[in-house]
Amino acid sequence: MIRDELEGVWHILLKDLKAYYFKPPNISWGILFPLVLALAFTLRNPAGLAELSPGLIAMAALFGTTSMEAIVITFEKRVGALERLIMAPVSLTTILVGKVLGGAVFGLVIAVVMTLISLIFLNAVVTYPLLFIAVLILTVLAHSALGALVAVSVKEVFEAQTLSNYFRFPMVFLCGVFLPVEAMPFPVQVIAHLFPLTYAVDAFRQVLIGPLYLSLMLRNVTALMVFFTIFLILATKLLKESLE
Amino acid sequence: MNDIITTQSLTKYYDSLLAVDHISMQVKEGEIFGFLGPNGAGKTTTIRMLVGLTTPNEGSATIKGYDIREEIVNVKRCVGVVPETSNLYNELTVWENLRFMAGMYHAPKNEREHRITSLLKTFGLTERRGAKFGGLSKGLKRRATIAAALVHHPDILFLDEPTSGLDVMSARSLRHFLRDLRETGVTVFLTTHYIEEADQLCDRIAIIVKGRIIAVDTPENLKAVIQGTSIIEASFTSKVESIAVEELEAYGKVEVKDNTLWIQVTDVSKSLKALTRFADDHGLEVAYMNTVKPSLEDAFVKLTGVESEIMLMEKERRGGGA
Repeated sequence: MIRDELEGVWHILLKDLKAYYFKPPNISWGILFPLVLALAFTLRNPAGLAELSPGLIAMAALFGTTSMEAIVITFEKRVGALERLIMAPVSLTTILVGKVLGGAVFGLVIAVVMTLISLIFLNAVVTYPLLFIAVLILTVLAHSALGALVAVSVKEVFEAQTLSNYFRFPMVFLCGVFLPVEAMPFPVQVIAHLFPLTYAVDAFRQVLIGPLYLSLMLRNVTALMVFFTIFLILATKLLKESLE
Repeated sequence: MNDIITTQSLTKYYDSLLAVDHISMQVKEGEIFGFLGPNGAGKTTTIRMLVGLTTPNEGSATIKGYDIREEIVNVKRCVGVVPETSNLYNELTVWENLRFMAGMYHAPKNEREHRITSLLKTFGLTERRGAKFGGLSKGLKRRATIAAALVHHPDILFLDEPTSGLDVMSARSLRHFLRDLRETGVTVFLTTHYIEEADQLCDRIAIIVKGRIIAVDTPENLKAVIQGTSIIEASFTSKVESIAVEELEAYGKVEVKDNTLWIQVTDVSKSLKALTRFADDHGLEVAYMNTVKPSLEDAFVKLTGVESEIMLMEKERRGGGA
């Protein structure tokens, strides 16, 4: 039966990529968004560009995963297309994993574009490539699961966007994208550690700029996996409750 | 024939609203079973519970022996569902939609292409296989949605208002297809607000009102509910004044529209005499007069107390199911 569930995940992923994510406007937005971000930061602080790249890549992953995915799930709920998936002989978790992977792939594309911009124009260097890939994948998965959680908890597309922004913008300012978390007041540091982006930025910083602290890296990787799992479980629970 | 769907006191509340009230019924393998009822009666909610789109609050149901609470994935494997709204993916082509459904329902990989090609042919969609679903007409969307529900060869096909919004030819061709489908052994469970359609198509019909099943039987047996009564239809060359027909109400329920009146009577001979006398007294010239057999619609009205035309108008105004 696990094979059927995996097949379900695969078909949902392919369908979402074709029907929603890989449309020319989304692709161009996916390239434009990190480009504009990089340009804005280049103009603001031309001296310390390489130091900004971990935050920029993490932010690109955050916005890339959550923006489209929240729309896709909420839209499908609105037009009844999500019901078509629920009627299929797969579990609710399988449906959400397929959805999360769709958002993750799109976020990955945007984050990779941002990484290339960072490498080419911001003089960033990937010191630990394999670790970088692992962190990137975990980052998009955790934030994509957050996008799914937001999407299943609202009814309308605009509600999904508004609710996403309640998380995204505080995360951008609290999680070390612009300013290291350690430089913030202690209560703010505690709040920052409630968000997955904090761990993603720190992990990117270690693999791009260094130094690499194994214990801290392990903490970051574990935290991202835990966030992914919790968000997915909560999203499945909410989706199940919506059927009751 | 074995029972393929069984429900026992199946109940659904939406907050304090009792949508489906302890319904118990059996659907036999290979039959076309109609679910007929006024708007808000609980037809769609019942289907939603049976196919796993919502959870019952009380009671139980099995489909092909699988419990809908405990074995819903197995239930989903053996059913195909055509919702009232044709909800395939607008952005995908007809072919891509069917291929997606074949994958989601785990149709054997080596048969998928053949099955899809065959279904496209059956539903006259071969020419439109490459067209985006969103660009199809309402009728073609309906056909594609039904084809998608059949791609995994289900044992039971649920159809919620299958011909709603279709033109006459499309609806007729769909009814033919459903009859053919029954011949292949597929059980068809459909809701409809077209009483004529239920009468023509269904082997048995359940009438549901306010969440409760008030009758389950063959169309013929349901019509027998008002057996012993006949309807006299009389048309005159001039308009019949409603007020004047009050004197005929002693013989049965009277309805008047322009030049024609209908009386539901038990004694045809006596009523015909009274009607002739009525025409003479009011200077009306009879264009024609005949007796008609009670229809399923008459039985439905008698059982539910709902005029079917009102039900249809209400349905079209709301544009949705219960």
